[in-house]
Amino acid sequence: MPRLELVGWIAVAVVLCVFAIPWFLWDDATVVAGVPLWLWWHIGWMVLASLVFWLFTQRAWGIGIETASEDASSGVDSSDAASSKRPSRPASGGDRP
Amino acid sequence: MTLTLQLGIIVGYLLLALVIGLVAYRLTERTAEDFYLASRTFGTIVLLFTTFATLLSAFTFFAGPNVAYQQGPEWVLVMGLMDGIIFAILWYVIGYKQWLLGRQYDYVTLGEMLGDRFGATWLRGLIAGISLLWLFPYVMLQQVGAGTALQALTEGAVPYAVGAGLITAFMILYVVVAGMRGIAWTDTIQGAFMLVVTWVAMLWVLAAVGGPGVATAALEAEAAQHLALGSDHYTPQWMLSTAIVIGFGVAMFPQVNQRFFTAGSRTSFKRSFVLWPILCVLLFVPSFLLGAWALGLGIEADIAGGDNVLPMILAEYTPVWFAALVIAGAMAAMMSSSDSMLLSGSSYFTRDLYRPFIDRTISERTEDLIARIGVVVFATASFLASLWNPATLFELGDAAFSGFAQLALPVMVALYWRRTTRAGITAGILASQLFYLSSLFLAVVPATYAGWSSGLVGMGLGLVVTVAVSLVTTPAADEREAIYFEGLGAD
Repeated sequence: MPRLELVGWIAVAVVLCVFAIPWFLWDDATVVAGVPLWLWWHIGWMVLASLVFWLFTQRAWGIGIETASEDASSGVDSSDAASSKRPSRPASGGDRP
Repeated sequence: MTLTLQLGIIVGYLLLALVIGLVAYRLTERTAEDFYLASRTFGTIVLLFTTFATLLSAFTFFAGPNVAYQQGPEWVLVMGLMDGIIFAILWYVIGYKQWLLGRQYDYVTLGEMLGDRFGATWLRGLIAGISLLWLFPYVMLQQVGAGTALQALTEGAVPYAVGAGLITAFMILYVVVAGMRGIAWTDTIQGAFMLVVTWVAMLWVLAAVGGPGVATAALEAEAAQHLALGSDHYTPQWMLSTAIVIGFGVAMFPQVNQRFFTAGSRTSFKRSFVLWPILCVLLFVPSFLLGAWALGLGIEADIAGGDNVLPMILAEYTPVWFAALVIAGAMAAMMSSSDSMLLSGSSYFTRDLYRPFIDRTISERTEDLIARIGVVVFATASFLASLWNPATLFELGDAAFSGFAQLALPVMVALYWRRTTRAGITAGILASQLFYLSSLFLAVVPATYAGWSSGLVGMGLGLVVTVAVSLVTTPAADEREAIYFEGLGAD
């Protein structure tokens, strides 16, 4: 169910934003290994965010944006919109797929 | 000795940049698309570091540590949320969709992308005009910063006008010759350099004072409240307002937004997205902790009087040559942000104002030439403006991030909601811009609302107006909403 999956990823994004700052440690001044505990939380959270982003690129990249089917052969020129577009210049000097 | 060394390092950097620019020029086709976007060819490393260096450079080096010094290290959290998470998500939500559209329809600017979909050249001009309104004073601030830094460095031997003038002339030469490809290559070297130097600086200082435990204990003795999360300055409203507004603003800043179009493949887009939070935390933690620790280590910086704490703590604990290297790097960083802004400013002017409204018939080659002339005009004008020293422009420059943030939500609504109409997005953009400008310049419109900044309130207003007006209007006959919703994919 793509719609449910989309809602799930939006929820994940919101959670990543909300807890980048550890609100539950407000006013806390505990120091661990010379650095405030709340800063350790943040560092760990950013590493976690990177892992979640990696998972997203593996599982769901294109969700909510790509409308062509997942089939690799259905590239950028597979739909009606392509007929109304301006003619694309040939990929000059680049490695456009 | 220090002065010669610093100037030597700065000149050495400039020469290196120029060599890279010349190499890039040899590889460049004489088309506007190549000049602005390097023909959409960037791989992961160049894409990642050019965005990184453009985004963070001078501010991270100087202003960030100053904030941490004055108010405590919570600034790491604000910047981490703003750049590491919010901007990364927008990298996908706005950036990836823009990249697909740009590749399919050859868009070079944000205004072009919106104008085409909504079938309105004047909308394209409006977006470019608003962007230039905020970009121009921001470029001017960079010139003021560089000129003032040179003046301070040489103890007045190089007066402001000469220093800022020289730097402007160099930037013009460099951007005109190198284009996007050369700029991105120097950014890449610079981004890596910044990262390494910041870590070496932190380790050096820590080795000298006896480790992070000692440094933090000293800070606790001096200002215990800096270690506890939150303060009168760092309220939740302030932290969130700042992170959200600047995070969205960054994505609409022309030199960052245009980089969304430059990726060479879907893979480079994905990899940059994954590495982004780690890269941010790797730079922010050492840079801002140094600023915060400086207070405990007895560095007495008069921030309001123009001192920067980072050079001062380096001068105290590291050899002269190293401190000089970092300062030269920071000045170079300032210039690297400015050259990207000049290039983008020129492309907005040429593509969205000159070509549609003055001469539609120009060839690719002529457009490339006009783009280069545009760089000269833009940089010279902002330099001249900086000499005249206008208060209004300074205020606009300081508020540029919030100003750009006002564009973000109407653009996102247009990208993701089919029923957005031309009238809706135009009303949303105008209402939020007018509201935010009024909050800056009119005393009757407050700057904060129960602790939330007017930038954030303006964003909400833009969202509501865009949706509401779209609901009560019907699309004009020449709108082409299918462009954004059909046939988008990447192989």
